[in-house]
Amino acid sequence: MSSVRVDARLDQRGVEFDLALEDGQVLAVLGPNGAGKSTLMLMLAGLLRPDHGRIELGATVVSDAAAGTFVPAHARGVAMLTQQAQLFPHMSVAANVAYGPRCAGQSRSASRATAQHWLGAVDAAHLADRRPAQLSGGQAQRVAVARALAAGPQVLLLDEPMSALDVTAAPTVRRLLREVLGGRTAMIVTHDLLDALAIADAVAVVDGGRVVETGPVRQVLASPRSEFAAHIAGLNLVAGTIGKPGRLRTTWEVEVFGTGEVEPGTAAIALFRPGAVAVHLDPPHGSPRNVIAVTIAELDVRGPIVRVRGIDQPDGGVGLAADITTSAAADLDLVPGKTVHFAVKAQEVELHAALPAIP
Amino acid sequence: MTAARRADGLIQVAVPTWIYLPAAVGTLFVIAPLIAMLFAVDWAHFIPLITSESSRAALILSLKTATASTLVCAFIGIPMALVLARGNFPGLAVLRALVLLPLVLPPVVGGIALLYTFGRQGLLGHQLDLVGFRIAFSTAAVVLAQSFVSLPFLVLSLEGALRSAGAGYEHIAATLGARPSTVLRTVTVPLVLPGLISGAVLAFARSLGEFGATLTFAGSLQGVTRTLPLEIYLQRETDADAAVALSLVLIVVAAVIVIASAGRRLAGLR
Repeated sequence: MSSVRVDARLDQRGVEFDLALEDGQVLAVLGPNGAGKSTLMLMLAGLLRPDHGRIELGATVVSDAAAGTFVPAHARGVAMLTQQAQLFPHMSVAANVAYGPRCAGQSRSASRATAQHWLGAVDAAHLADRRPAQLSGGQAQRVAVARALAAGPQVLLLDEPMSALDVTAAPTVRRLLREVLGGRTAMIVTHDLLDALAIADAVAVVDGGRVVETGPVRQVLASPRSEFAAHIAGLNLVAGTIGKPGRLRTTWEVEVFGTGEVEPGTAAIALFRPGAVAVHLDPPHGSPRNVIAVTIAELDVRGPIVRVRGIDQPDGGVGLAADITTSAAADLDLVPGKTVHFAVKAQEVELHAALPAIP
Repeated sequence: MTAARRADGLIQVAVPTWIYLPAAVGTLFVIAPLIAMLFAVDWAHFIPLITSESSRAALILSLKTATASTLVCAFIGIPMALVLARGNFPGLAVLRALVLLPLVLPPVVGGIALLYTFGRQGLLGHQLDLVGFRIAFSTAAVVLAQSFVSLPFLVLSLEGALRSAGAGYEHIAATLGARPSTVLRTVTVPLVLPGLISGAVLAFARSLGEFGATLTFAGSLQGVTRTLPLEIYLQRETDADAAVALSLVLIVVAAVIVIASAGRRLAGLR
């Protein structure tokens, strides 16, 4: 049975989501800034009211525009964790964590015990008597996790919970979330691939206010079909149409040979790893390779590897990338603005059917 | 605020040196009249002047009515500020402008307006008269007049505090299971308490100094409607020394309240 079902539209923000989440599953919602990820969270939490469609949590319809149903936030059992910990500044840490249980009608002493339990679970029992202003960012976010869990939510919503933390605190919180989210139903908005890999079972890629791709994490990252997923998975994506079998032709008349069964005449994408790309100053001849002319946009040194990133593709797609050794980069005398040729073997290129177009 | 700015030790780049001159002139402009008043006081007879029966009656009435009108302002002003800061319905901007009208209205005009509302021949006063309530020219009228002119101070101050506090904590509280009334009691009000207190202090100080609306709507009856400002105005005609002495009392009372609340606010920041 599905624990969360969303099929809702909010005209003012131009979003329309169709999404389901199984009981006990953690879904990572990935997407570029402004894609509507936070709007999705707010609709689930009951802080935004959809204009059309319905939202179900477990067996309850919490929002149904047609029937006029709208369950307010406090009655949904959906706790939310945001970028900022947002601990109530006028309460102690313990009182913050006891807030949910108190609202649920627990006695003062019972709620204190519940708070103690959850503070222990996030390894923050020693912080109980502190004020939120006395905590570091990582400590505050751990306490916020305890506060959200203490409320006993059926669904936990996490809106980029690690993005405001520094690099030393983020791994601790990520590890904590991985522990506490096991077996829970949760949705985590993130732009960090690590979050998805560490915490989530499934991925939904959101772009332009729509869900463009869903599936198990590994599947989406191994063969992404949307531009954003390909980008975060570190893969090159070229969009076009299949002409003859095994050949993809772009709108700007570049032909890419690859492997994969895609019906001729249909829209398709070609995927290949930056590591499979060789960079040449002059087009190489006489080999069974794809050769694509690319104007260099930027060079990024990553240890012994240099990532050569081209300018955006003519159809607006993210620029292609090639990973070459630093010595090769030095030999080629690469600088941004220079035009080079990316060569990649046909065996290295996977062809997939494109995603259905967004209506 | 000042303390916080000094504590971080940053050099203020938007304060050119010449700005201190007009700022000093402005400060003198506020302080000089107070000093002039200290010179004008007949210190030899100060105590007898301010403890005369009429003076004491006026001072006590002023403190009582100002306290009552501050309570009235809090009772109706807190809900108004909440609606203005968090509400979302057409006409809100117009409503805000209307609510703040007493701020720019001459108090005498406010008093006349109140008279035509709650006076015996007034819009509501006529009905109230039939059931035995007579408001005009009573102590209740003083409280009404003071509340009318002081309300915008509390509403403005609290609305500002609510807006800068934002609704983020309230949203979190709601998702943790708090009903709207619980959110208001446990999160919203505690967070804007400093703004609420400073708004209440402003309303109290404004009530204490109220003159025009009170005189028009409540009249000047010793012990019933003659508050300290009215007493001062009246004494000025016959006994200038008494007027100056009472003025000083009013200044001291106002200063004590303002300084005490500022101290509280600074303590809250620390």
